[in-house]
Amino acid sequence: MCIAFPGKILTIDQDNFAVIDINGTRREVCLDIVDEKVIVGDYVICHAGYAIHRIDENLALENLALLKEIIDREIY
Amino acid sequence: MKFIDEYRDPDLVRHLLDAVTALAARVGRRISLMEICGTHTHAIGRFGIRRLLPENIHLISGPGCPVCVTSIHDVDRALYLADRPHVVFATFGDMLRVPGTGGRSLQRLRASGADVRIVSSALDSLRLAEENPEKEVVFMGIGFETTAPTVASAIRKAGLKGLNNYSVFSVHKTVPQVISALIEDPELSIDGFICPGHVSVITGVDAYKSIPETGRAAVITGFEPVDILEGILMILRQLQEGRFEVAIQYARGVNREGNLQALKLMAEVFETREGEWRGLGRIPQSGLFIREKYANFDALRKGNLPEIHSVEFEACRCGDILRGVIFPEECRLFRKVCTPATPVGPCMVSSEGTCAAYLKYEIHNRKS
Repeated sequence: MCIAFPGKILTIDQDNFAVIDINGTRREVCLDIVDEKVIVGDYVICHAGYAIHRIDENLALENLALLKEIIDREIY
Repeated sequence: MKFIDEYRDPDLVRHLLDAVTALAARVGRRISLMEICGTHTHAIGRFGIRRLLPENIHLISGPGCPVCVTSIHDVDRALYLADRPHVVFATFGDMLRVPGTGGRSLQRLRASGADVRIVSSALDSLRLAEENPEKEVVFMGIGFETTAPTVASAIRKAGLKGLNNYSVFSVHKTVPQVISALIEDPELSIDGFICPGHVSVITGVDAYKSIPETGRAAVITGFEPVDILEGILMILRQLQEGRFEVAIQYARGVNREGNLQALKLMAEVFETREGEWRGLGRIPQSGLFIREKYANFDALRKGNLPEIHSVEFEACRCGDILRGVIFPEECRLFRKVCTPATPVGPCMVSSEGTCAAYLKYEIHNRKS
């Protein structure tokens, strides 16, 4: 039940709701409890009608690159 | 799909498996890991991860499926609340088929005429209250720290809107307390915990500090195959080095301090008291109850509930399954009497329930 999914913010309205794009599907989510300030274009993790976390894209890319490097060089 | 596809990369999964296998061999002994979260149980089954792991790694499913751990008494109370005239009872879909005393369920109640609705967000239930001013809308708030702040937000919004026909029956529970209870369980021996990714978005790392304190590994892990295998790899590293900490694999979702905004809102609306868990009994400070300040939105205070005497099903072993001390096949009812179409216990109801996930994905492949 703790299922959550990443989506990209398309618009934000004055009531603090955003329309997000999840692989072509649009959903409305409330931004009242998201952990950081978000702007259009940000990716957020969404759960039960709410955005709960702003994804730091650069950090995510860095971590994935680091994992690949560790695996490629067999540093484990 | 961004932030999903790259974590399902077959090449990376293959190489990660080599790494896990190499490290598991170095650790040498039998390694028991528990995934606490039902979404992990489902993902591990769905991606066939259990059967890919080396022989000495055993994954045990924990009590992280919220409908599964809802006590039969709370199910009976939900049935009472839903079965009153002029009530619209709203809840998440998983809850509908969970059997209460005598096999009654919200689904059966709905079939006999009660107005039971499935919603995917607490905000939907708030909308129902606005659209049906002549009805009392009762929302069953269920779930762990991931979901509780969304329900707290809906309650606060109801207050701001001045709605007087909206209330919440909160059976929300918290994860750190149940982990502590599991750690103290002498029947269970766990070397490391695959900690829930989305609960941790809210709680941060502190929620799990009791795990390394008792000499076990803890890694907050995401839900894609690369996430799960990297999480296991990180656990193995802690086991090999004998140096334990709460580490974060799911860094794109989780900050060390958690979501402060959500935690604050949760604390404003809910207070913690003893919670009752199906199969695990009463656990101190593990239940989230609506504070006095929001009493007007508390279905338990508003509903005037009578004493309800609840009776668990004989022979159902969901309790032992939720504690991770037996596998589903060790229950006499599993697959015979208790099936996804006719669930006896809650672990067979939700797709995240251990029994349902095992039946769908694992049954022919479990290592003994």
